[in-house]
Amino acid sequence: MTEYLTLSMLLFTIGAAGVLIRRNAIVIFMCIELMLNATNLAFVSFSRQHGNLDGQVAAFFVMVVAAAEVVVGLAIIVSIYRTRRTTSVDEASLLRF
Amino acid sequence: MLDYAWLLVAIPLVSGLGLLVWGKEADRFGHLIGTAASAASFVVGLGAFVQLLARPADDRTFSKTLFTWIHAGPFHVDMAYTFDQLAALFVLLITGVGTLIHVYSIGYMAHDARRRRFFAYLNIFIAAMLTLVLASDYLVLFLGWEGVGLASYLLIGFWQHKDSAAQAATKAFVLNRVGDVGMALAIMTAFAQFGTTVISDVNASVSSASTGIATTLGLLLLLGACGKSAQVPLQAWLLDAMEGPTPVSALIHAATMVTAGVYLIVRSNGVFDASETARTAVVIVGVVTLLVGAWIGCTKDDIKKALAGSTMSQIGYMMLAAGLGPAGYAFAIFHLLTHGFFKANLFLGAGSVMHGMNDDVDMRHYGAIRAAMPVTFVTFALGYLAIIGVPPFAGFWSKDKIIETALAQSWWAGLGALIGAGVTAFYMTRLLAMTFLGQKRWLDDVHPHESPRVMTLPLVALAGLSAFGGALAIGGWITDWLAPVTGEVHEHHLPAPAWVISLVVLAVVALGVLLGLRMYAARAIPGETPADREVSIATRAGRQELYGNAINDAVAVRPTRHLVRTLVYVDGAGLDAFVTGVADRLGDSADALRKQQNGFVRSYALSMVTGALVVLAALLAVTLG
Amino acid sequence: MILTLLMVTPLVGALVLGVVPRANERLAKIVAASFSLATLAGSLALLARYDISEGGYQLVEKHLWVKSFGVYYALGVDGIGLTLILLTTVLTPIVLLAAWDDRLPEGQKFHGYLAWMLGLEGLAIGVFSAMDAALFYALFEATLIPIFFLIGAYGTGPRTYAAVKFLIYNLVGGLLMLASIIGLYFLSSRDGSASFLISDLVGLEIGAGAEKLLFLGFMAAFAIKAPLFPFHTWLPDAAASATPSTAVLMVSVIDKIGTFGMLRWGLGLFPGAAEWATPVVITLAVISVVYGALLAIGQDDLRRLIAFTSVSHFGFIILGLFAMTSTSTAGATFYMFNHGLSTAALFLIAGILIARRGSASIGDFSGVQKVAPVLTGLFLIAGLSSLSLPGLAPFVSEFMVMAGTYTRYPAAAIVSVSAIVLAALYILVMFQRTMTGPLREDNAGIRDLNPLEMASLAPAIVLMVGLGFFPQPLLNVINPAVDATLTRIGVGDPPPETPHFPAPQAEEGHG
Repeated sequence: MTEYLTLSMLLFTIGAAGVLIRRNAIVIFMCIELMLNATNLAFVSFSRQHGNLDGQVAAFFVMVVAAAEVVVGLAIIVSIYRTRRTTSVDEASLLRF
Repeated sequence: MLDYAWLLVAIPLVSGLGLLVWGKEADRFGHLIGTAASAASFVVGLGAFVQLLARPADDRTFSKTLFTWIHAGPFHVDMAYTFDQLAALFVLLITGVGTLIHVYSIGYMAHDARRRRFFAYLNIFIAAMLTLVLASDYLVLFLGWEGVGLASYLLIGFWQHKDSAAQAATKAFVLNRVGDVGMALAIMTAFAQFGTTVISDVNASVSSASTGIATTLGLLLLLGACGKSAQVPLQAWLLDAMEGPTPVSALIHAATMVTAGVYLIVRSNGVFDASETARTAVVIVGVVTLLVGAWIGCTKDDIKKALAGSTMSQIGYMMLAAGLGPAGYAFAIFHLLTHGFFKANLFLGAGSVMHGMNDDVDMRHYGAIRAAMPVTFVTFALGYLAIIGVPPFAGFWSKDKIIETALAQSWWAGLGALIGAGVTAFYMTRLLAMTFLGQKRWLDDVHPHESPRVMTLPLVALAGLSAFGGALAIGGWITDWLAPVTGEVHEHHLPAPAWVISLVVLAVVALGVLLGLRMYAARAIPGETPADREVSIATRAGRQELYGNAINDAVAVRPTRHLVRTLVYVDGAGLDAFVTGVADRLGDSADALRKQQNGFVRSYALSMVTGALVVLAALLAVTLG
Repeated sequence: MILTLLMVTPLVGALVLGVVPRANERLAKIVAASFSLATLAGSLALLARYDISEGGYQLVEKHLWVKSFGVYYALGVDGIGLTLILLTTVLTPIVLLAAWDDRLPEGQKFHGYLAWMLGLEGLAIGVFSAMDAALFYALFEATLIPIFFLIGAYGTGPRTYAAVKFLIYNLVGGLLMLASIIGLYFLSSRDGSASFLISDLVGLEIGAGAEKLLFLGFMAAFAIKAPLFPFHTWLPDAAASATPSTAVLMVSVIDKIGTFGMLRWGLGLFPGAAEWATPVVITLAVISVVYGALLAIGQDDLRRLIAFTSVSHFGFIILGLFAMTSTSTAGATFYMFNHGLSTAALFLIAGILIARRGSASIGDFSGVQKVAPVLTGLFLIAGLSSLSLPGLAPFVSEFMVMAGTYTRYPAAAIVSVSAIVLAALYILVMFQRTMTGPLREDNAGIRDLNPLEMASLAPAIVLMVGLGFFPQPLLNVINPAVDATLTRIGVGDPPPETPHFPAPQAEEGHG
């Protein structure tokens, strides 16, 4: 049991660190997916542990939401790339003081 | 008629307001309506007076409540009038002299485009003045008191296209308001103390209150009287008020309104009887003013201002008499009546002279008008004899009594009054000599001519009253008549027999006349006012009205102006700056915090992670700890 | 129902203006005027239905609104509310007529301008008749919105600044009141079901400390609104940037909510705390009286001058309210009505002058009397009423305030009496500088009043003169309500020290 959770924790940490460190929007996106999947893993593990299906239901929800998010997110990234010829998030910092 | 005495006020009020609202169509006959209204009021007053005469002597107070003016909690004021012996005399003076002056004004204002409005204001004045003297309640009296102030304001500033007239009007109103503070506080004190503001009730109750209350009330009323009657220290407005048309000076600023202060004190005799201090204060004010006014009268070359100084001085006599208590009240009123006659006469005479001299008021440009304006001269001379107190003219009877009573009570008041009589004779002789006697000093283009009949007839009537007004004192009629209102006169102890005093007074008067003749009739008078450095210090001071304006400036005007300027600054740079400062500081801190929004997604993510970690740590700390 | 109808009529009028064709401004004006006149007629019907001899709250409507918080839609009027509703309904047609020829900023239409005014009228009627604290609060805050737009969108000069300053300043006050309202909810829900009805709140048991806090919350909102020194600095800016009609609605009607609130909600709900705060409030009121008058003397802008005179007059009103004698409090309530009239007349005439001359600075005028005598005459009457000349309505109320106050706080009355001199100064000096003296060339084009302007001013002038001599009809409405409020607070009138005619009564006793 602990192994699954440890893996989930590791994956989540890697994902979070990636979001914070990397500049490429695509990579950041993948890191977010990594975090989501780490959470899914945790959900499923807990589901198994408690012996009910709540966690699995939650994992499906997460997947659906993640899929929707990918659609919107990638669309945004593509349009940013079209206008700016870059996918670096630091370049897209117009929304500030 | 007594039941309808409210018509006294209603007729001129309706006429005055009507003339204002009616508009230009009434220009042709407005003056006639105004005069008729005043005359109608006089007829009503006469009817009421006759009715009062017919009543038994102990039942000559007629009161009637018209409606409740104000009622809230214990505060209750009725619109009510009291027609008694004192009010009756005033009603006749106001409407009688008022009507004569209305008639005179028809001629005097004939060429003024705004004559209708002038008559409307005069009518409003008559209505307000009658309200003042008929009021049963101090607050109703105050209504009339402020009403005459308003009329005086409007009429002083009648020629308001002149800055000087507008300024004089404002000054008169504001100085009167200073006096009104005293009036207002007196009424409030009466209400707080006795729970009523009815004049008779307050005066009846004063004796049961402490002397301190009586003194307070007395001094506050005196302050009000000083404002309205141009007594020291609130005297400075009266000379400026001469900016108004001359009939106004005659009616409002000589015969009636300015004497309202004396009326107030006599009417409040219960208060003043109860306080020695207040009476003494009245006497001091009276003596000081009678000397100050006379002094100013000696130095002015402006005929109206010289007469205005004289008015101050004569009202000083009335004040002095009123301050002497029951012994003096009746004489104060007596002098008030005779003064109303002869001073209106003198002012209208001066107006007649100005009318003939192209509205020039400088006596240096007069001289030898006697021949050109015989009627004016004769009537003016009668007024002159009356004011300086030559027997048997009206002024002698009233002034002599005041000096006598003053001497009986305190030597300094009597002495002041005696000196005043001499100075009065001097400045009036100067005025008469400079205007009617001596050599012509006329400016070019001046062709004096007698005024039209409509102006001289009132002069003749007033001259007659000046000559025979003393008849009121025959057999002590006026003292007996007023006794129920003012209290019985007790025999007083005189330092010398009455006839000796009269002789002394006459000697002093003769001295003043001789001196005046010597200086102004026997010698040629320069056609221009001598420069200040050529005249004595006393003359210089008199010309400056004894520095009344300078004192007001230093004591009140300039400090107020500084205070206002400081406060305006404090309001903007202090209070408002504090409020806007708080807003600005909030804005500044928002600006500082705004810098956190740097637009870098990663830094937002970092703060989210940090936040999540903090929350997590807190949860752990709570659950574990 | 009549109160709801009265409140809703102008609001409906505001909505109707929204569908009037944009191009037809004349129609918009007529629609607005008709709705305001209908409201006036309604208020007269209200006056007729109100039983003066009975007193107390009448024509009450009560419906549960938010059950869980105990909020009711409850309307009702007593003599005080009725007086102020009358003031509102009388003044609104006057200001709408006066606004007929206003020049609006570029791109603004009369539709919106008049609609906001009507909306303000409806909300004000609601505020004056609300019998539920939460409803009162909601309407109280809602009145800010119309004024914000009336100043910010239709005003002159630095109007945005003035509008924002007005809004924020008043919102801060409102926020403090909201805190008190929430506090009231907690206290009233403590024992069973909560209720915001004034009848329930009056009986509420509140600890002394809590009462003071709650009172301060309410008082903060009202003191800013009224405005009481030192919270007055928004008023001159707002008044100087508003159109004359807006200024009238703001100063004459909406600011009265402050003093009205003090009387009904402040004194009514928290009598103990009110007595505790009296020395401070009285002091501030007296300072307001003198300070407002002195600052008025120092102003050069006509509108700011009038705004400061109002600070002085509001000082009198608050002084009268907190002196808590039947004379002074009735006088203060009457003063609310009179001040509305006299300030309306002053603002409107000054507005006409400013529009004709194109400047609000006193220094730019001289000798207007020569070319516009009727305008000058009415300006003088309005000015004289502002300086409380006897014979005009404000005198009656001002004297009642001073006389009543004198019986309990002589020092406060004595200091405030000085205002009668200062008032003469600020009015007459202003009058002298603008209207009299030689006519300036650039003033020669100032036209006299046209019939429409005269018609809009006449009711105010007539009412001021009429109430100056016959104030009793209105005082009869006010007195019972004031007496009821004071009885609830539990303060009596100080008796006269040596009552008149004690002697005859004593004699009767012996006989």
